[in-house]
Amino acid sequence: MIEVELLTKKFGDIEAIKNLSFKVEEGKIWGLLGPNAAGKTTTMRILTGYIPATEGKASIADYDVFEQPNAVKKITGYLPEVLPLYPEMTVYSFLNFVSEIKQIPSSQRKEAVDRAIKISGLESVRRRLIKNISRGFKQRVGIAQALIHDPQVLVLDEPTIGLDPAQIIEIRHLIKSLKGEHTILLSTHILAEVTQTCDGAVIINEGILMASGSLEDLTASFKKKEGVIIKLKNSGKDTQSLLHNIQGVDKVFREENEFKIEWSKGKDLRENITKFTVEKELGLIEMRPLGMNIEDLYLKIISGGVEQ
Amino acid sequence: MKNIWAICKKEIKTYFTSPIAYAAITVFLVLVGFFFYSLILWFNSQSLQMARYPDYLQQININQMVFSPLFHNISIILLLMIPLLTMRLFSEEKKIKTDELLYTSPISINQIILGKYFASLFVLLVMLLLTGILSIFTFIYGNPELAPVLTGYLGLFLLGAAFTALGIFFSSLTENQIVSAILTFGALLLFWVLSWASSSAGGTFKDVLNYLSFFQHFDNMTKGILDTTDLVYYFSFITFGLFLTHSVIQTRRWR
Repeated sequence: MIEVELLTKKFGDIEAIKNLSFKVEEGKIWGLLGPNAAGKTTTMRILTGYIPATEGKASIADYDVFEQPNAVKKITGYLPEVLPLYPEMTVYSFLNFVSEIKQIPSSQRKEAVDRAIKISGLESVRRRLIKNISRGFKQRVGIAQALIHDPQVLVLDEPTIGLDPAQIIEIRHLIKSLKGEHTILLSTHILAEVTQTCDGAVIINEGILMASGSLEDLTASFKKKEGVIIKLKNSGKDTQSLLHNIQGVDKVFREENEFKIEWSKGKDLRENITKFTVEKELGLIEMRPLGMNIEDLYLKIISGGVEQ
Repeated sequence: MKNIWAICKKEIKTYFTSPIAYAAITVFLVLVGFFFYSLILWFNSQSLQMARYPDYLQQININQMVFSPLFHNISIILLLMIPLLTMRLFSEEKKIKTDELLYTSPISINQIILGKYFASLFVLLVMLLLTGILSIFTFIYGNPELAPVLTGYLGLFLLGAAFTALGIFFSSLTENQIVSAILTFGALLLFWVLSWASSSAGGTFKDVLNYLSFFQHFDNMTKGILDTTDLVYYFSFITFGLFLTHSVIQTRRWR
């Protein structure tokens, strides 16, 4: 649905994004993940036609973003990072204005505005001035304006920034409920956002693509080692080296009475380890898998630990 | 067309739901009213004096003695007011980042510019139409000629429209409204006084300066002279102003 090919954007001499390529499948929620100043907003601005790219191609639903900008704009809803709201307008009149400039025919306008208000949960504030409503509601107005023309694609730039935890959860629910009918690309620098709402992620850092794919693929492809963490009651000084002697074990790390045991991918040493600890009477009281979760992955990627 | 109307409607609403339009219109009318009153008083005393000399009385002309100076006074008030009306048009969009909504919607930059431009013209039109009440009084109690009054108003409107085009251009240059107003005011004043410089210049340069100055083209119209040169001047000025605005916005996005 969204395709980006070798996209580059330069601001003067500074390259905000470099040869960025990724794809987002129809009906999925995809996260554009990266630390601040990674090029997320720039990518989204190019996709929505706000700024042109220096080089490369981008298309939404097979419409070229640069060749057919109006066709793309008609089927794309965009929530910019800074909410584009007119403080002096009421929620209703603002959404009505947006419905006009998104070229919804006048006969369907009222229906579209009411629908957007309903989906975003704005009924209670529809007659209030935007400057007088809370940050959470403003965010909802931002989302409402993005989906007012029932776009196939939603581009949401940091949709939960500046909200309190309860509001964050609400907005995440809202975004999840839009999945299926809409293809969603959302940007964030918060990992939890991706693990909780997205099907996949594009991880970028300093304008360069670090990794992209579904969450499962991402974690799987970077998990070179497998292992467990065990907790022992009767560990001694030599326990670490004893554990290291188990056949197949690559590395053992110790932290008080917890031991992190790693072996290379494809084997399963859990049974051997259990047997061993029982034989040596080490008092095994806990064993948990050493999963490399996306959090470790993300930190590794943005600190340059993983290269693809 | 629909898109232009959508933008225009929103801008008009913004003018009239905030105090901007009311403040501008009130101050404008108070000043115009004051000038009109003093001109009428002066005209009265002149007429009374002239009443003793029937020969001179023929020369007393309300169009020349009241309307022509009044139109010149109004033009100066517009010079001060228009920058304040146009300063926020693009500056504010940029400042509060609503431009991102406009430029990612399926409407063209030209439509946005024209929508905003027409909205300002609407406020200008309201201001001028309200001063029409004063003219009605002179028609009830005196017998001025209609044609010079109409061309005078047309002149004022075109002048205001040209001011607005320049104002909208400066508004697209900066996200600071004050800067936008100062630049507009300075440029307008410069275009106004170009004709002063022409008196000391010679040859073609003099003609060029005279042609470029607002004053010359406006002066004709207050006297009831409707010349296509003046109309062409205003229309090209407006087109050029709007074209520059378009270029500024377009190049900003490409940078």
